[in-house]
Amino acid sequence: MKIAITSTGNNPEAKIDSRFGRCSYFVIYDNISGSTEFIPNPYVESIEGAGPASVQLIASRGVEKVVSGEFGVKVKSIFDQLKIQLIILSNSDKKISEIIEIINHQN
Amino acid sequence: MPRPKRIRKVNTPPHFKGYLPIGQPEEHPVILNFEEYEAIKLCDYLLYSQAQASLEMGVSRPTFTRIYESARRKVAQAFVHGRPIVFEGGKVYFDSEWFVCNSCGCWFNQPEKQIKVTSCALCGSSEIEQYNGNSILNNSYVENC
Repeated sequence: MKIAITSTGNNPEAKIDSRFGRCSYFVIYDNISGSTEFIPNPYVESIEGAGPASVQLIASRGVEKVVSGEFGVKVKSIFDQLKIQLIILSNSDKKISEIIEIINHQN
Repeated sequence: MPRPKRIRKVNTPPHFKGYLPIGQPEEHPVILNFEEYEAIKLCDYLLYSQAQASLEMGVSRPTFTRIYESARRKVAQAFVHGRPIVFEGGKVYFDSEWFVCNSCGCWFNQPEKQIKVTSCALCGSSEIEQYNGNSILNNSYVENC
């Protein structure tokens, strides 16, 4: 299963980005193969519509869960339709590597 | 043009799709809206007064009574004629989809409503509880008209 995490940088030591639509990088983590992929967010500087555009970007990667600090008002209904699960880690300064570790300890 | 309907708040949608009468054909189902299901749940299961229940769903007391009346009539139709009941549609949004994990402190939701949430989506802990306050995302709703 693929899980997207919003990140402030392009390495596993970077911290989670609290914003969804305008985060710096998306981390696509596959917990079956253990691979991580860092995608720069092309919508960081968007004036409008960064959230929905980002949803399309990560949905096209076949993600089933998204971890972020918060989600804007527009994106939740889109995620609901796409049946993608949202996970909010508010006020968190966890590193990407730490979040991946939590996910791996799930079972 | 009539005034548009207010969006009704439904706490937890049912975890299954409906009912079938024993020994009857599965045709001509009665469509029970989610708001009607919620009205029966609040009034007859949780034993709220209609005034309390209307506050819970974010509609006026007379509107609640109309929803509840319509729900009872539909259920009676299904019982008398032996028709299936299907939960579907209605002008609603689901508010308490959010869950809190007491182990890792995260919030998560479950967009697939047929699945019952038993463990945290992030850490897998079973120490979760449903969030019952106001929605953390404002204006978020699902409309199935």
